[in-house]
Amino acid sequence: MPENSAPLMSLEHVSKMFAGYEALGDVSLDIYPGKVLCLLGDNGAGKSTLIKVMAGFHQPTSGTIKFEGSEVSFKSPRDASDLGIATVHQFGGTFPLMSLGRSFFAGVEPTKGRGPFKRFDRKFANKVVVEQMQDMGITRVTNGDRLVGSLSGGERQVSAIARAVYFGANLLILDEPTAALGVKEAAHVLRIIMQARQRGIAVVLVTHNVTHAMTVGDQFAVLIHGRRADYFSKGERTRDEITDLMAGGEAMEELEAELSALAGDDVTSSH
Amino acid sequence: MDRVVALTRRPEFAALAGTVIVYLFFAWFGRPTFTTVLVTAGWVNVAAELAIVALPIALVMISGKLDLSVGANIAAAGITYALLCGHFGLPDIIGLPAGIAAATFFGFLNGLIVAKTGVSSFIVTLAMSFFIRGLIFGVTKLIVDNVQVAVDVAPWVENTLGGRIYLAYENAIYVAILVGIVVSWILYKTVFGNWVFAIGGDETSARAAGIPVDRTTIFLFMGSGFGAGLFGVISVALYGSAQVSAGQDKVFYTIIAVVIGGVLLTGGYGSTIGVIFGCMTFAIVTTGVNSTEWGGDWSLLIIGILLLVAVLTNNSFRKAAMSTGRTKSTPTNVEADDAQVTDVTATKEEAKNA
Repeated sequence: MPENSAPLMSLEHVSKMFAGYEALGDVSLDIYPGKVLCLLGDNGAGKSTLIKVMAGFHQPTSGTIKFEGSEVSFKSPRDASDLGIATVHQFGGTFPLMSLGRSFFAGVEPTKGRGPFKRFDRKFANKVVVEQMQDMGITRVTNGDRLVGSLSGGERQVSAIARAVYFGANLLILDEPTAALGVKEAAHVLRIIMQARQRGIAVVLVTHNVTHAMTVGDQFAVLIHGRRADYFSKGERTRDEITDLMAGGEAMEELEAELSALAGDDVTSSH
Repeated sequence: MDRVVALTRRPEFAALAGTVIVYLFFAWFGRPTFTTVLVTAGWVNVAAELAIVALPIALVMISGKLDLSVGANIAAAGITYALLCGHFGLPDIIGLPAGIAAATFFGFLNGLIVAKTGVSSFIVTLAMSFFIRGLIFGVTKLIVDNVQVAVDVAPWVENTLGGRIYLAYENAIYVAILVGIVVSWILYKTVFGNWVFAIGGDETSARAAGIPVDRTTIFLFMGSGFGAGLFGVISVALYGSAQVSAGQDKVFYTIIAVVIGGVLLTGGYGSTIGVIFGCMTFAIVTTGVNSTEWGGDWSLLIIGILLLVAVLTNNSFRKAAMSTGRTKSTPTNVEADDAQVTDVTATKEEAKNA
């Protein structure tokens, strides 16, 4: 896959074994700054394992990871986050019962004062979180003391992305950010992804949703049984081809025909 | 109006309401004795003693863990103090800190095991509780061939930790206020406090955010050991002897007070002020029944009802706190909120079908 710029992160022949079971086998990928790489695949295809390897939660059994051209080995998620690799999980990975300000700065708390009177700077935290949320188009958030749990699913995703961007992420890994969202909210999250892309952030988007992937993706990798089944750029495959691949190579059309026979009426592909 | 609504959404509000209601209840049914200075001293003392142990435990519980070893730790501190000073004749300046240190050390072991093995704190601290109780029983029997140890408490200890401020009001009230201030500062003002909330909210996310979860957990259990130890030596200072079986009732009383105080058993939510109200409510009920014509036989029944009510209101208050308040949410938002409630497997299933 030809690209003008150098990749931010490269996985070369990465494999991961869990107690004799091969979760990932010989996966090679390049992730470019300012581009969205979509990771597609059915449940259990190895997408989660792959992003956990990227984020330092797992160490690859074999193969190498290069970051900005030099080989890296993450001993912990901290090593990866120090390089600016941030993961946002399905539910925003945040703390529903914490205030927005406290949650936004969890682990990187701003302080004021000295010595034993050094304390959490709540005002600053609240101010920043409200500014960031407003920037991301969530205008109804005006109070940083509000609980994270009072946000909608999409707002939580957006706030988690805002957090990663605020702390200087240059590789943003999004684990099914739109899976639990309604149509409008999903569109908002996709727009935020495009904003991050425009800022030159490399994005890895894990999704089941082919439409969402095709809307924002620049590159696509399809995983089947832990192996890279396909790897292509925008425009190189049709929607149906991707869907078929995601279903494990099984032709969706056959399945749909079968289903419509069972239903006894005209069940067509309605998505 | 918004301010009022905001106030009712604070985690300590239900706890405050509970305290006021039970106080008025017993002020009426226990009239005229319940509101007298002496009877008030009775419940304030109980609340203060409970708060010294419950406040550090509240932090453990906000972090999503439990500590069932506090009862044994109370005894461990008392016995250590009494053995060193009462039996071996060491000065109190050595024996008293040693007592607290012993309890803090057992707390450290709790924290270390929970953090490093990932085994549920329920089981770890339950095992530790038996371990400590067995250890002090064996050691005490071996040394003094008895299950209690008498000690002549030094005057300076009696004037600070034991003894009374005024009439029946114990010095423990001062200690409880001090513990309350320190624990509140830690929870609300320090970075550490933010870690406690985060770990209780979602330990995996907390770890991913770079929070030193293991270190925080160990420190929290040391804190609850310290609180238990402090109370252990205070009871020795008050009564001049230590019992191997001391503190057994405190294990559940503290958990009850903390839950009545609005701390979620699942962690991630709670307040120190709420816990102080929880301790007061507990104390008012257990002592207040004696002022009524029904007598003390019914106090456990009332505590049971109260605990159940507290857990149920906690749930509804948490929901209220999570709601947006002045609802201006669009249909899209409502839809997304609903999606949040469905569990992950269901969502995955939907996603697969999409």
